[in-house]
Amino acid sequence: MPDSRKSKLTTKSINLYYGSVHALGDVTVEIPECSITAIIGPSGCGKSSFLRLFNRMNDLIPIARVEGEAFLDDSPIYGKDAEDVASLRKKIGMVFQKPNVFPASIYENIVIGPKSHGTENKAVLNEITERCLTKVALWSEVKDSLRKPAQELSSGQQQRLCIARALAVDPEVILMDESCSALDPESTAKIEELMLELAKQYTIIIVTHNMEQAARVSDMSAFMMIDEEKIGRLVEFSPTTEMFLNPKDKRTEDYIEGRFG
Amino acid sequence: MKRRIKPQTAEKIAKGAIWTIALMVIGILIAIIVYILYKGLPVINWSFLTEAPRRMGKEGGISSSIIITLSVTALAVLIAMPFGIGTAFYLAEYTRDNIITRIIRFSAESLAGIPSIVYGLFGYIFFLEILGLGWSVLSGGLTLAIMILPTIIRTSEEAILAVSKTYREVSFSLGGTKWQTIRKAVFPSAVRGITNGIILSVGRSVAETAAVILTVGSDLKMRTMAIHFYQLVMEGISMENAYGTAAILIILIFFINVVANMLIDRFIAKGR
Repeated sequence: MPDSRKSKLTTKSINLYYGSVHALGDVTVEIPECSITAIIGPSGCGKSSFLRLFNRMNDLIPIARVEGEAFLDDSPIYGKDAEDVASLRKKIGMVFQKPNVFPASIYENIVIGPKSHGTENKAVLNEITERCLTKVALWSEVKDSLRKPAQELSSGQQQRLCIARALAVDPEVILMDESCSALDPESTAKIEELMLELAKQYTIIIVTHNMEQAARVSDMSAFMMIDEEKIGRLVEFSPTTEMFLNPKDKRTEDYIEGRFG
Repeated sequence: MKRRIKPQTAEKIAKGAIWTIALMVIGILIAIIVYILYKGLPVINWSFLTEAPRRMGKEGGISSSIIITLSVTALAVLIAMPFGIGTAFYLAEYTRDNIITRIIRFSAESLAGIPSIVYGLFGYIFFLEILGLGWSVLSGGLTLAIMILPTIIRTSEEAILAVSKTYREVSFSLGGTKWQTIRKAVFPSAVRGITNGIILSVGRSVAETAAVILTVGSDLKMRTMAIHFYQLVMEGISMENAYGTAAILIILIFFINVVANMLIDRFIAKGR
Protein backbone atom coordinates (compact mmCIF):
# COMPACT_ATOMS: atom_id res chain seq x y z
CA MET A 1 0.00 0.00 0.00
CA PRO A 2 1.25 3.46 -0.78
CA ASP A 3 0.59 4.72 2.72
CA SER A 4 3.76 4.62 4.75
CA ARG A 5 2.05 4.44 8.14
CA LYS A 6 2.11 1.24 10.16
CA SER A 7 -0.92 -1.00 9.63
CA LYS A 8 -3.31 -1.12 12.54
CA LEU A 9 -5.83 -3.61 11.20
CA THR A 10 -5.13 -6.29 8.66
CA THR A 11 -7.24 -8.94 7.00
CA LYS A 12 -5.83 -11.79 4.94
CA SER A 13 -8.33 -13.31 2.49
CA ILE A 14 -11.10 -13.25 5.01
CA ASN A 15 -14.46 -14.84 4.20
CA LEU A 16 -17.79 -14.45 5.94
CA TYR A 17 -20.75 -16.80 5.64
CA TYR A 18 -24.28 -16.44 6.96
CA GLY A 19 -25.40 -20.04 6.87
CA SER A 20 -25.09 -21.00 3.22
CA VAL A 21 -24.83 -17.38 2.03
CA HIS A 22 -21.29 -16.36 1.17
CA ALA A 23 -21.38 -12.70 2.22
CA LEU A 24 -17.73 -11.69 1.91
CA GLY A 25 -15.11 -13.32 -0.28
CA ASP A 26 -11.34 -13.17 0.19
CA VAL A 27 -11.04 -9.63 1.46
CA THR A 28 -7.48 -8.51 2.09
CA VAL A 29 -6.71 -5.04 3.42
CA GLU A 30 -4.16 -3.22 5.52
CA ILE A 31 -5.66 -0.29 7.35
CA PRO A 32 -3.04 2.29 8.33
CA GLU A 33 -2.82 3.57 11.89
CA CYS A 34 -4.29 6.96 12.83
CA SER A 35 -6.13 7.45 9.59
CA ILE A 36 -9.69 7.43 8.36
CA THR A 37 -10.67 4.65 6.01
CA ALA A 38 -14.01 4.86 4.23
CA ILE A 39 -15.78 1.72 3.09
CA ILE A 40 -18.03 2.59 0.17
CA GLY A 41 -20.17 0.61 -2.23
CA PRO A 42 -23.75 -0.11 -3.24
CA SER A 43 -26.30 -1.30 -0.68
CA GLY A 44 -26.01 -4.97 0.23
CA CYS A 45 -22.38 -5.35 -0.79
CA GLY A 46 -21.32 -6.34 2.71
CA LYS A 47 -19.84 -3.06 3.95
CA SER A 48 -21.36 -3.31 7.42
CA SER A 49 -20.63 -7.03 7.65
CA PHE A 50 -17.01 -6.27 6.79
CA LEU A 51 -16.83 -3.50 9.41
CA ARG A 52 -18.28 -5.82 12.03
CA LEU A 53 -15.62 -8.42 11.35
CA PHE A 54 -13.08 -6.27 13.15
CA ASN A 55 -14.88 -6.16 16.52
CA ARG A 56 -16.48 -9.56 16.01
CA MET A 57 -20.02 -8.21 16.17
CA ASN A 58 -20.98 -10.86 13.63
CA ASP A 59 -20.47 -13.35 16.47
CA LEU A 60 -23.86 -12.23 17.77
CA ILE A 61 -25.49 -13.76 14.71
CA PRO A 62 -25.69 -17.48 15.41
CA ILE A 63 -25.37 -18.59 11.78
CA ALA A 64 -22.38 -16.37 10.95
CA ARG A 65 -19.05 -18.10 10.24
CA VAL A 66 -15.67 -16.57 9.51
CA GLU A 67 -12.77 -18.06 7.57
CA GLY A 68 -9.41 -16.43 7.03
CA GLU A 69 -7.33 -14.18 9.23
CA ALA A 70 -7.68 -10.74 10.74
CA PHE A 71 -5.22 -8.91 12.95
CA LEU A 72 -5.22 -5.97 15.32
CA ASP A 73 -1.58 -4.88 15.23
CA ASP A 74 0.03 -8.32 15.25
CA SER A 75 -2.48 -10.17 17.38
CA PRO A 76 -5.09 -12.35 15.70
CA ILE A 77 -8.75 -11.39 16.04
CA TYR A 78 -10.03 -14.88 15.21
CA GLY A 79 -8.80 -18.36 15.97
CA LYS A 80 -7.22 -20.19 18.87
CA ASP A 81 -4.67 -17.48 19.68
CA ALA A 82 -7.21 -14.68 19.70
CA GLU A 83 -7.73 -12.76 22.93
CA ASP A 84 -11.17 -12.91 24.48
CA VAL A 85 -13.82 -11.00 22.62
CA ALA A 86 -14.62 -8.55 25.44
CA SER A 87 -11.05 -7.24 25.59
CA LEU A 88 -10.93 -7.05 21.81
CA ARG A 89 -14.06 -4.92 21.74
CA LYS A 90 -12.64 -2.70 24.46
CA LYS A 91 -9.85 -1.86 22.01
CA ILE A 92 -12.13 -1.56 18.98
CA GLY A 93 -15.04 0.74 19.72
CA MET A 94 -18.13 1.14 17.59
CA VAL A 95 -20.60 3.88 16.75
CA PHE A 96 -23.84 2.77 15.15
CA GLN A 97 -26.11 4.17 12.48
CA LYS A 98 -28.78 5.53 14.77
CA PRO A 99 -27.89 7.35 17.97
CA ASN A 100 -28.59 4.56 20.47
CA VAL A 101 -28.14 6.06 23.91
CA PHE A 102 -29.20 3.97 26.88
CA PRO A 103 -32.38 5.15 28.63
CA ALA A 104 -30.30 6.60 31.45
CA SER A 105 -28.55 9.84 32.31
CA ILE A 106 -25.83 11.39 30.16
CA TYR A 107 -23.32 10.56 32.88
CA GLU A 108 -24.44 6.93 33.14
CA ASN A 109 -24.11 6.54 29.38
CA ILE A 110 -20.46 7.53 29.53
CA VAL A 111 -19.44 5.53 32.59
CA ILE A 112 -21.20 2.27 31.74
CA GLY A 113 -18.19 1.08 29.72
CA PRO A 114 -15.44 2.00 32.20
CA LYS A 115 -17.54 0.58 35.05
CA SER A 116 -17.94 -2.74 33.30
CA HIS A 117 -14.16 -2.85 32.93
CA GLY A 118 -13.70 -2.38 36.65
CA THR A 119 -13.28 1.37 37.16
CA GLU A 120 -15.27 2.26 40.28
CA ASN A 121 -13.47 5.34 41.57
CA LYS A 122 -15.81 8.35 41.37
CA ALA A 123 -13.05 10.88 40.69
CA VAL A 124 -11.66 8.80 37.84
CA LEU A 125 -15.13 8.30 36.34
CA ASN A 126 -15.79 12.05 36.55
CA GLU A 127 -12.48 12.75 34.87
CA ILE A 128 -13.29 10.26 32.06
CA THR A 129 -16.71 11.86 31.60
CA GLU A 130 -15.29 15.35 31.25
CA ARG A 131 -12.44 14.27 29.00
CA CYS A 132 -14.61 12.25 26.61
CA LEU A 133 -17.39 14.81 26.41
CA THR A 134 -14.78 17.50 25.75
CA LYS A 135 -13.30 15.43 22.94
CA VAL A 136 -16.67 15.27 21.19
CA ALA A 137 -17.30 18.98 21.83
CA LEU A 138 -20.30 18.26 24.01
CA TRP A 139 -18.92 19.18 27.43
CA SER A 140 -19.80 22.88 27.34
CA GLU A 141 -23.33 22.03 26.21
CA VAL A 142 -24.14 19.41 28.84
CA LYS A 143 -21.79 19.94 31.79
CA ASP A 144 -24.64 21.28 33.94
CA SER A 145 -27.10 18.56 32.98
CA LEU A 146 -25.08 15.36 33.29
CA ARG A 147 -27.84 13.78 35.40
CA LYS A 148 -30.53 14.47 32.82
CA PRO A 149 -31.85 11.63 30.64
CA ALA A 150 -29.72 11.25 27.53
CA GLN A 151 -32.80 10.89 25.33
CA GLU A 152 -33.58 14.56 25.93
CA LEU A 153 -30.58 15.59 23.81
CA SER A 154 -30.99 16.34 20.10
CA SER A 155 -30.14 13.44 17.81
CA GLY A 156 -26.89 15.13 16.76
CA GLN A 157 -25.91 15.54 20.41
CA GLN A 158 -26.95 11.95 21.11
CA GLN A 159 -24.68 10.68 18.36
CA ARG A 160 -21.78 12.70 19.77
CA LEU A 161 -22.62 11.22 23.17
CA CYS A 162 -22.43 7.75 21.59
CA ILE A 163 -18.97 8.59 20.25
CA ALA A 164 -17.95 9.82 23.71
CA ARG A 165 -19.32 6.60 25.20
CA ALA A 166 -17.16 4.59 22.80
CA LEU A 167 -14.12 6.72 23.67
CA ALA A 168 -14.68 6.22 27.39
CA VAL A 169 -13.26 2.69 27.36
CA ASP A 170 -10.09 4.05 25.77
CA PRO A 171 -10.17 2.21 22.43
CA GLU A 172 -7.48 2.25 19.75
CA VAL A 173 -9.84 1.87 16.82
CA ILE A 174 -13.30 3.36 16.21
CA LEU A 175 -15.69 1.75 13.75
CA MET A 176 -18.49 3.99 12.50
CA ASP A 177 -21.36 2.28 10.73
CA GLU A 178 -23.08 5.01 8.68
CA SER A 179 -22.99 7.11 11.80
CA CYS A 180 -24.17 10.29 10.08
CA SER A 181 -26.92 8.88 7.92
CA ALA A 182 -29.65 9.63 10.45
CA LEU A 183 -28.45 13.18 11.13
CA ASP A 184 -29.13 16.61 9.68
CA PRO A 185 -26.38 18.33 7.63
CA GLU A 186 -25.24 20.57 10.47
CA SER A 187 -24.81 17.67 12.90
CA THR A 188 -23.11 15.68 10.13
CA ALA A 189 -20.61 18.50 9.63
CA LYS A 190 -19.86 18.53 13.36
CA ILE A 191 -19.28 14.77 13.43
CA GLU A 192 -17.05 14.93 10.35
CA GLU A 193 -14.98 17.64 12.00
CA LEU A 194 -14.79 15.41 15.03
CA MET A 195 -13.62 12.43 12.97
CA LEU A 196 -10.74 14.46 11.53
CA GLU A 197 -9.74 15.52 15.03
CA LEU A 198 -10.00 11.99 16.45
CA ALA A 199 -7.96 10.51 13.60
CA LYS A 200 -4.88 12.13 15.13
CA GLN A 201 -5.10 9.63 17.95
CA TYR A 202 -7.38 6.82 16.78
CA THR A 203 -7.67 4.60 13.74
CA ILE A 204 -11.11 5.18 12.27
CA ILE A 205 -13.07 3.11 9.78
CA ILE A 206 -16.36 4.44 8.48
CA VAL A 207 -19.04 2.88 6.35
CA THR A 208 -20.82 5.52 4.32
CA HIS A 209 -23.28 5.90 1.47
CA ASN A 210 -22.29 9.49 1.10
CA MET A 211 -19.52 9.81 -1.51
CA GLU A 212 -18.89 13.41 -0.63
CA GLN A 213 -18.41 12.46 2.97
CA ALA A 214 -15.90 9.80 2.01
CA ALA A 215 -14.10 12.35 -0.15
CA ARG A 216 -14.12 15.00 2.60
CA VAL A 217 -12.88 12.99 5.54
CA SER A 218 -11.13 9.80 4.52
CA ASP A 219 -7.48 9.11 3.82
CA MET A 220 -8.06 5.67 2.38
CA SER A 221 -11.08 4.30 0.57
CA ALA A 222 -12.22 0.74 0.11
CA PHE A 223 -14.73 0.14 -2.66
CA MET A 224 -16.81 -3.02 -2.31
CA MET A 225 -19.29 -4.65 -4.61
CA ILE A 226 -21.00 -8.02 -5.02
CA ASP A 227 -19.80 -10.16 -7.90
CA GLU A 228 -21.85 -12.39 -10.23
CA GLU A 229 -22.16 -15.01 -7.47
CA LYS A 230 -23.50 -12.39 -5.03
CA ILE A 231 -20.35 -12.56 -2.94
CA GLY A 232 -19.17 -9.27 -1.47
CA ARG A 233 -15.73 -8.42 -2.83
CA LEU A 234 -13.21 -5.68 -2.24
CA VAL A 235 -12.76 -4.12 -5.66
CA GLU A 236 -10.28 -1.41 -4.90
CA PHE A 237 -8.43 -0.13 -1.89
CA SER A 238 -6.35 3.00 -2.30
CA PRO A 239 -5.80 6.53 -1.02
CA THR A 240 -9.06 8.43 -1.34
CA THR A 241 -7.78 11.20 -3.62
CA GLU A 242 -6.34 8.60 -5.96
CA MET A 243 -9.55 6.58 -6.02
CA PHE A 244 -11.77 9.55 -6.68
CA LEU A 245 -9.54 11.24 -9.27
CA ASN A 246 -8.04 8.24 -10.91
CA PRO A 247 -9.87 4.98 -10.15
CA LYS A 248 -7.96 1.90 -11.24
CA ASP A 249 -10.97 -0.31 -11.71
CA LYS A 250 -13.75 0.34 -14.21
CA ARG A 251 -16.43 -0.62 -11.66
CA THR A 252 -15.11 1.91 -9.16
CA GLU A 253 -15.17 4.59 -11.80
CA ASP A 254 -18.75 3.76 -12.80
CA TYR A 255 -19.91 3.81 -9.21
CA ILE A 256 -18.24 7.08 -8.29
CA GLU A 257 -19.32 8.82 -11.46
CA GLY A 258 -22.83 7.40 -11.24
CA ARG A 259 -23.15 8.80 -7.81
CA PHE A 260 -21.99 12.26 -8.76
CA GLY A 261 -23.69 11.93 -12.16
CA MET B 1 -76.10 -0.05 -7.64
CA LYS B 2 -73.26 -0.42 -5.26
CA ARG B 3 -73.49 1.63 -2.13
CA ARG B 4 -70.39 2.53 -0.27
CA ILE B 5 -70.11 4.04 3.16
CA LYS B 6 -68.13 7.22 3.04
CA PRO B 7 -64.76 6.87 4.85
CA GLN B 8 -65.70 9.80 7.07
CA THR B 9 -68.88 8.03 8.15
CA ALA B 10 -67.04 4.77 8.74
CA GLU B 11 -64.52 6.65 10.84
CA LYS B 12 -67.33 8.10 12.99
CA ILE B 13 -68.99 4.70 13.43
CA ALA B 14 -65.72 3.02 14.37
CA LYS B 15 -64.86 5.76 16.83
CA GLY B 16 -68.30 5.60 18.38
CA ALA B 17 -68.21 1.82 18.71
CA ILE B 18 -64.75 1.76 20.27
CA TRP B 19 -65.66 4.48 22.76
CA THR B 20 -68.86 2.69 23.72
CA ILE B 21 -67.05 -0.58 24.33
CA ALA B 22 -64.31 1.09 26.37
CA LEU B 23 -66.78 3.03 28.51
CA MET B 24 -68.87 -0.08 29.10
CA VAL B 25 -65.87 -2.09 30.28
CA ILE B 26 -64.59 0.67 32.52
CA GLY B 27 -68.13 1.26 33.78
CA ILE B 28 -68.64 -2.37 34.77
CA LEU B 29 -65.28 -2.49 36.56
CA ILE B 30 -65.94 0.70 38.44
CA ALA B 31 -69.46 -0.41 39.31
CA ILE B 32 -68.16 -3.64 40.86
CA ILE B 33 -65.48 -1.89 42.88
CA VAL B 34 -67.77 0.89 44.02
CA TYR B 35 -70.48 -1.59 45.02
CA ILE B 36 -68.11 -3.72 47.07
CA LEU B 37 -66.53 -0.72 48.74
CA TYR B 38 -69.97 0.74 49.42
CA LYS B 39 -71.08 -2.46 51.09
CA GLY B 40 -67.75 -3.27 52.71
CA LEU B 41 -66.29 0.00 53.96
CA PRO B 42 -68.91 0.56 56.71
CA VAL B 43 -67.87 -2.76 58.26
CA ILE B 44 -64.19 -1.89 58.30
CA ASN B 45 -62.76 -0.32 61.42
CA TRP B 46 -59.67 -0.73 63.52
CA SER B 47 -60.89 -3.78 65.39
CA PHE B 48 -61.96 -5.48 62.12
CA LEU B 49 -58.34 -5.23 61.00
CA THR B 50 -56.67 -6.14 64.27
CA GLU B 51 -58.91 -8.71 65.91
CA ALA B 52 -59.08 -12.41 65.21
CA PRO B 53 -62.41 -13.82 63.96
CA ARG B 54 -64.84 -15.25 66.52
CA ARG B 55 -67.95 -17.40 66.25
CA MET B 56 -67.18 -18.73 62.74
CA GLY B 57 -66.42 -15.18 61.59
CA LYS B 58 -69.75 -13.72 62.58
CA GLU B 59 -67.94 -11.53 65.09
CA GLY B 60 -64.43 -10.22 65.48
CA GLY B 61 -62.12 -9.19 62.69
CA ILE B 62 -59.96 -10.78 60.04
CA SER B 63 -56.45 -10.13 61.37
CA SER B 64 -55.39 -13.76 61.13
CA SER B 65 -56.66 -14.00 57.56
CA ILE B 66 -54.75 -10.87 56.53
CA ILE B 67 -51.55 -12.30 58.00
CA ILE B 68 -52.05 -15.73 56.40
CA THR B 69 -52.85 -14.17 53.01
CA LEU B 70 -49.76 -11.96 53.09
CA SER B 71 -47.50 -14.82 54.23
CA VAL B 72 -48.73 -17.31 51.64
CA THR B 73 -48.49 -14.73 48.85
CA ALA B 74 -45.07 -13.48 49.90
CA LEU B 75 -43.76 -17.02 50.15
CA ALA B 76 -45.17 -17.96 46.74
CA VAL B 77 -43.75 -14.88 45.01
CA LEU B 78 -40.35 -15.13 46.71
CA ILE B 79 -40.01 -18.75 45.61
CA ALA B 80 -41.39 -18.32 42.09
CA MET B 81 -39.56 -15.07 41.27
CA PRO B 82 -35.96 -16.32 41.04
CA PHE B 83 -36.99 -19.48 39.18
CA GLY B 84 -39.35 -17.66 36.85
CA ILE B 85 -37.07 -14.77 35.98
CA GLY B 86 -34.09 -17.11 35.73
CA THR B 87 -35.92 -19.39 33.32
CA ALA B 88 -37.03 -16.38 31.27
CA PHE B 89 -33.45 -15.13 30.92
CA TYR B 90 -32.31 -18.63 30.04
CA LEU B 91 -34.94 -18.88 27.31
CA ALA B 92 -34.45 -15.38 25.96
CA GLU B 93 -30.70 -14.90 26.21
CA TYR B 94 -28.82 -18.13 26.70
CA THR B 95 -30.30 -20.56 24.23
CA ARG B 96 -31.44 -20.67 20.68
CA ASP B 97 -34.66 -22.31 19.69
CA ASN B 98 -34.13 -26.01 20.35
CA ILE B 99 -35.94 -29.03 21.71
CA ILE B 100 -35.31 -28.07 25.36
CA THR B 101 -36.61 -24.52 25.01
CA ARG B 102 -39.62 -25.80 23.11
CA ILE B 103 -40.40 -28.27 25.91
CA ILE B 104 -40.06 -25.52 28.53
CA ARG B 105 -42.26 -23.10 26.57
CA PHE B 106 -44.87 -25.77 25.86
CA SER B 107 -44.95 -26.81 29.51
CA ALA B 108 -45.23 -23.21 30.69
CA GLU B 109 -48.07 -22.54 28.27
CA SER B 110 -49.93 -25.68 29.26
CA LEU B 111 -49.41 -25.06 32.97
CA ALA B 112 -50.75 -21.53 32.63
CA GLY B 113 -54.06 -22.92 31.39
CA ILE B 114 -54.63 -25.55 34.07
CA PRO B 115 -57.44 -24.80 36.56
CA SER B 116 -56.10 -23.85 39.96
CA ILE B 117 -57.93 -26.67 41.72
CA VAL B 118 -55.61 -29.09 39.91
CA TYR B 119 -52.65 -27.28 41.45
CA GLY B 120 -54.44 -27.56 44.76
CA LEU B 121 -54.86 -31.29 44.33
CA PHE B 122 -51.23 -31.68 43.33
CA GLY B 123 -50.14 -29.59 46.30
CA TYR B 124 -52.32 -31.65 48.62
CA ILE B 125 -50.91 -34.94 47.39
CA PHE B 126 -47.30 -33.85 47.06
CA PHE B 127 -46.68 -31.39 49.89
CA LEU B 128 -49.18 -32.67 52.45
CA GLU B 129 -49.26 -36.41 51.84
CA ILE B 130 -45.85 -37.24 50.37
CA LEU B 131 -43.66 -34.59 52.03
CA GLY B 132 -45.85 -34.45 55.13
CA LEU B 133 -45.84 -30.66 55.43
CA GLY B 134 -49.43 -30.63 56.69
CA TRP B 135 -52.00 -27.87 56.26
CA SER B 136 -49.65 -24.93 56.37
CA VAL B 137 -48.53 -21.63 54.94
CA LEU B 138 -45.53 -23.51 53.57
CA SER B 139 -47.66 -26.02 51.63
CA GLY B 140 -49.84 -23.23 50.29
CA GLY B 141 -46.91 -21.00 49.38
CA LEU B 142 -45.16 -23.79 47.49
CA THR B 143 -48.34 -24.73 45.64
CA LEU B 144 -49.05 -21.14 44.64
CA ALA B 145 -45.41 -20.72 43.60
CA ILE B 146 -45.85 -23.55 41.09
CA MET B 147 -49.15 -22.07 39.97
CA ILE B 148 -47.78 -18.59 39.22
CA LEU B 149 -44.47 -19.77 37.78
CA PRO B 150 -45.72 -20.02 34.16
CA THR B 151 -47.11 -16.49 34.29
CA ILE B 152 -43.84 -15.09 35.57
CA ILE B 153 -41.85 -16.99 32.95
CA ARG B 154 -44.04 -15.84 30.07
CA THR B 155 -44.35 -12.18 31.05
CA SER B 156 -40.65 -11.92 31.92
CA GLU B 157 -39.57 -13.53 28.68
CA GLU B 158 -41.78 -11.19 26.69
CA ALA B 159 -40.37 -8.20 28.57
CA ILE B 160 -36.80 -9.37 27.92
CA LEU B 161 -37.40 -10.02 24.22
CA ALA B 162 -39.02 -6.59 23.89
CA VAL B 163 -35.77 -4.86 24.88
CA SER B 164 -34.27 -3.26 21.81
CA LYS B 165 -31.48 -5.25 20.16
CA THR B 166 -29.44 -2.07 19.90
CA TYR B 167 -28.90 -1.90 23.68
CA ARG B 168 -27.38 -5.36 23.59
CA GLU B 169 -25.20 -4.42 20.62
CA VAL B 170 -23.92 -1.27 22.29
CA SER B 171 -23.12 -3.11 25.49
CA PHE B 172 -21.22 -5.82 23.63
CA SER B 173 -19.44 -3.24 21.47
CA LEU B 174 -18.15 -1.57 24.65
CA GLY B 175 -16.56 -4.85 25.65
CA GLY B 176 -19.32 -5.92 28.00
CA THR B 177 -19.65 -9.60 28.80
CA LYS B 178 -22.92 -11.43 28.44
CA TRP B 179 -23.71 -11.07 32.13
CA GLN B 180 -22.84 -7.36 32.17
CA THR B 181 -24.99 -6.85 29.11
CA ILE B 182 -27.94 -8.59 30.75
CA ARG B 183 -27.48 -6.74 34.02
CA LYS B 184 -26.79 -3.25 32.72
CA ALA B 185 -28.43 -3.07 29.30
CA VAL B 186 -31.28 -5.58 29.25
CA PHE B 187 -32.56 -5.82 32.82
CA PRO B 188 -33.17 -2.09 33.45
CA SER B 189 -35.32 -1.90 30.34
CA ALA B 190 -37.13 -5.16 31.04
CA VAL B 191 -37.73 -4.58 34.74
CA ARG B 192 -41.08 -2.86 34.32
CA GLY B 193 -42.51 -5.68 32.23
CA ILE B 194 -41.12 -8.27 34.63
CA THR B 195 -42.67 -6.42 37.56
CA ASN B 196 -46.02 -6.30 35.83
CA GLY B 197 -45.97 -10.08 35.56
CA ILE B 198 -45.12 -10.35 39.25
CA ILE B 199 -47.90 -7.96 40.26
CA LEU B 200 -50.30 -10.04 38.20
CA SER B 201 -49.09 -13.13 40.07
CA VAL B 202 -49.46 -11.41 43.43
CA GLY B 203 -53.04 -10.59 42.53
CA ARG B 204 -53.74 -14.18 41.56
CA SER B 205 -52.15 -15.51 44.74
CA VAL B 206 -54.03 -13.12 47.00
CA ALA B 207 -57.34 -13.99 45.39
CA GLU B 208 -56.77 -17.72 44.98
CA THR B 209 -59.20 -20.08 46.74
CA ALA B 210 -59.22 -23.56 45.21
CA ALA B 211 -55.48 -24.20 45.40
CA VAL B 212 -55.25 -22.72 48.88
CA ILE B 213 -58.20 -24.43 50.53
CA LEU B 214 -56.59 -27.79 49.72
CA THR B 215 -53.14 -26.85 51.03
CA VAL B 216 -53.53 -24.22 53.77
CA GLY B 217 -56.95 -25.41 54.80
CA SER B 218 -60.03 -23.59 56.00
CA ASP B 219 -59.56 -23.55 59.77
CA LEU B 220 -61.02 -20.33 61.15
CA LYS B 221 -57.65 -19.00 62.40
CA MET B 222 -55.65 -20.50 59.55
CA ARG B 223 -57.25 -19.37 56.32
CA THR B 224 -56.64 -16.70 53.75
CA MET B 225 -58.98 -13.79 53.17
CA ALA B 226 -60.35 -15.27 49.97
CA ILE B 227 -61.27 -18.47 51.79
CA HIS B 228 -62.64 -16.63 54.77
CA PHE B 229 -64.81 -14.68 52.37
CA TYR B 230 -65.88 -17.88 50.62
CA GLN B 231 -66.85 -19.53 53.89
CA LEU B 232 -68.73 -16.50 55.20
CA VAL B 233 -70.86 -16.43 52.04
CA MET B 234 -71.29 -20.17 51.42
CA GLU B 235 -72.22 -20.97 55.01
CA GLY B 236 -74.42 -17.88 55.22
CA ILE B 237 -72.52 -16.68 58.27
CA SER B 238 -72.26 -12.95 57.70
CA MET B 239 -72.68 -11.04 54.44
CA GLU B 240 -71.51 -7.82 56.12
CA ASN B 241 -68.19 -9.31 57.12
CA ALA B 242 -67.88 -10.96 53.69
CA TYR B 243 -68.16 -7.56 52.01
CA GLY B 244 -65.74 -6.12 54.53
CA THR B 245 -63.22 -8.85 53.68
CA ALA B 246 -63.75 -8.30 49.94
CA ALA B 247 -63.18 -4.57 50.34
CA ILE B 248 -59.93 -5.20 52.21
CA LEU B 249 -58.85 -7.61 49.45
CA ILE B 250 -59.43 -4.97 46.78
CA ILE B 251 -57.67 -2.28 48.79
CA LEU B 252 -54.76 -4.63 49.45
CA ILE B 253 -54.26 -5.46 45.77
CA PHE B 254 -54.55 -1.78 44.89
CA PHE B 255 -51.98 -0.94 47.57
CA ILE B 256 -49.54 -3.62 46.36
CA ASN B 257 -49.83 -2.25 42.82
CA VAL B 258 -49.09 1.30 43.87
CA VAL B 259 -46.16 0.36 46.10
CA ALA B 260 -44.60 -1.91 43.46
CA ASN B 261 -44.82 0.80 40.82
CA MET B 262 -43.33 3.37 43.18
CA LEU B 263 -40.41 1.08 43.95
CA ILE B 264 -39.82 0.49 40.24
CA ASP B 265 -39.89 4.21 39.50
CA ARG B 266 -37.34 4.82 42.21
CA PHE B 267 -35.17 1.98 40.92
CA ILE B 268 -35.28 3.35 37.37
CA ALA B 269 -34.70 6.93 38.49
CA LYS B 270 -31.66 5.78 40.44
CA GLY B 271 -30.16 4.75 37.13
CA ARG B 272 -28.61 1.46 36.24
